[in-house]
Amino acid sequence: MLQIVGLTKKFHQGTIDEKVALDNINLELAAGEFVTIVGSNGAGKSTLLNCIAGVYEADAGRVFLDGEDITAQPEWQRAQKIGRVFQDPLAGTAYDMSIEENLAIAYGKQKKLGLQPGIRKKEQEFFREQLAQLGLGLENRLKDKVGLLSGGQRQALTLLMATMVRPKLLLLDEHTASLDPVTARKVLALTDKIITEYKLCTLMITHNMQEALSLGTRTIMMDKGKIMLDLQGETRAKMTVEDLVAEFAFRSGTQLSTDRMLLN
Amino acid sequence: MSFLAVISSIELGLIYAVMALGVFISFRTLNVPDLTVDGSFVLGAAVVAVYCSGGGNPFLALLFAFLAGLVAGSVTSLLNTKLGIQPLLAGILVMLALYSVNLRVMAGKANIHLMDAASIYQLFAGSALGRYNKLVVAAVTTMVVLLCLYLFLQTRLGFALRATGDNEQMVRASGIDTDKMKLIGLALANGLVAAAGGMIAQYQSYTDAGMGLGMVVIGLASVIIGEVVFGTKPLLRRLIAVVLGAVLYRLIIAFALASGMPATDLKLVSAVIVTVAMSTGALKKIFKKLYDIPKIK
Ligand SMILES: Nc1ncnc2c1ncn2[C@@H]1O[C@H](COP(=O)(O)OP(=O)(O)O)[C@@H](O)[C@H]1O
Ligand SMILES: [Mg+2]
Repeated sequence: MLQIVGLTKKFHQGTIDEKVALDNINLELAAGEFVTIVGSNGAGKSTLLNCIAGVYEADAGRVFLDGEDITAQPEWQRAQKIGRVFQDPLAGTAYDMSIEENLAIAYGKQKKLGLQPGIRKKEQEFFREQLAQLGLGLENRLKDKVGLLSGGQRQALTLLMATMVRPKLLLLDEHTASLDPVTARKVLALTDKIITEYKLCTLMITHNMQEALSLGTRTIMMDKGKIMLDLQGETRAKMTVEDLVAEFAFRSGTQLSTDRMLLN
Repeated sequence: MSFLAVISSIELGLIYAVMALGVFISFRTLNVPDLTVDGSFVLGAAVVAVYCSGGGNPFLALLFAFLAGLVAGSVTSLLNTKLGIQPLLAGILVMLALYSVNLRVMAGKANIHLMDAASIYQLFAGSALGRYNKLVVAAVTTMVVLLCLYLFLQTRLGFALRATGDNEQMVRASGIDTDKMKLIGLALANGLVAAAGGMIAQYQSYTDAGMGLGMVVIGLASVIIGEVVFGTKPLLRRLIAVVLGAVLYRLIIAFALASGMPATDLKLVSAVIVTVAMSTGALKKIFKKLYDIPKIK
């Protein structure tokens, strides 16, 4: 489904601050594959997702989605095929618009953007059903401004918006990191449910090693702009958090900073 | 202030309300400080002056004014999105350029009188409406514009436009080209402003190349007065508030003039109104501090 070939991204190129954020990344994801990504701070995880989504233009390399070369497409065009949830709960929704208006914008993703009514009656019912599945009581608050919602509610809503029109690829960048532990767990369970139910091809960045191993079908570890470990199948099933940390230390020659990496 | 003066202030206010709705689109809906307004207002007035004084239909004239405004707004937006010029500067550049363009439209004349030309405000002259004929025309046109704008903002495109002013990242993540949204928004905003300029030209039977000075401030003052006095929620109320704000602004000005303020101070008053309105947050804090001091003691 997703194919990345020789993806390279440098920041501040040609200055003393030059930083290679992605160093010749090659990665291939089959349809329905759910990949978790771990790695130390500054490893290039977010940059990888941003280059796939078209937020940044890569310096070299190509990105194929479902066989189509999307490397030259602008962010908005890629977004018609890619769903995204960001770390910042404010980033994924329009603050001053209602829940149903936000959903309507997301629902129109692959439709023509013209002078049709923003929300049809039928769609309203559909939105209500979809919201009910989140189990947060939002189905009774269609007309409420999104600005009134809590961080967790917004992330759940953003997740719904990102997946309501089934994307070919779902990109999650530490989307539960800024939530309190209880809410984070809820949103994560919801994430897992949606991805599994619709068999979405997914890349999820997390700094929780336990999460990385227990969710999804494959785990990759990044360091200094490279993929240094790619776990799947039996090897991954046998892997414990301790193993993973040890493996990281062995391969990168450094200790994994444990302050941000939650071990359990 | 005489009754007639009140009526004509309301008439003017209703016409300027169309411009204020344009300013509302750029400053509030899109969140773009667009200074093209001063130029596009005159552009509309110039188009109408030339077309009507040549015997043109006054409604068609307003349509052409609107279209001219669309072009002006588009240029500003393209300077911003395609050439990377900041919105504020892009607006200033187009406003400046329009000063020359407008003079060209007016065939080099600094002003044009429209004495005998047809105008939409003569529509019911001599009818049973009596002295209220212009008021009725102004009210109806503004209501039509308001309604169209409201309906537009309820469409899928309208949603995308509103969201662009709110959170561009979210709009792009929803597969929508935000550059295009800004283009449509600024074009529409300046289209309305130019149409209002054209209406003023017809109403006053006069177009002057300098008549746009400070229009953006007047538009903004109307929007803010509307918000403060008549509220902001829901959307329809907010749009109506903008219209009422524009009328109230005219009444305030007329009252100030009637109480002896020289007309030359008008711009100063406009600037002060916007300054006060925009600094209410900061002013409240200052007053609160002043008030809090004795309590601490
Ligand atoms: N917009 C940017 N401008 C400059 N440098 C950046 C930018 N984004 C990321 N970087 C740098 O690229 C490297 C990788 O960053 P990032 O992908 O955010 O890491 P991660 O998400 O793995 O913590 C870091 O050294 C970071 O400082
Ligand atoms: Mg990151």
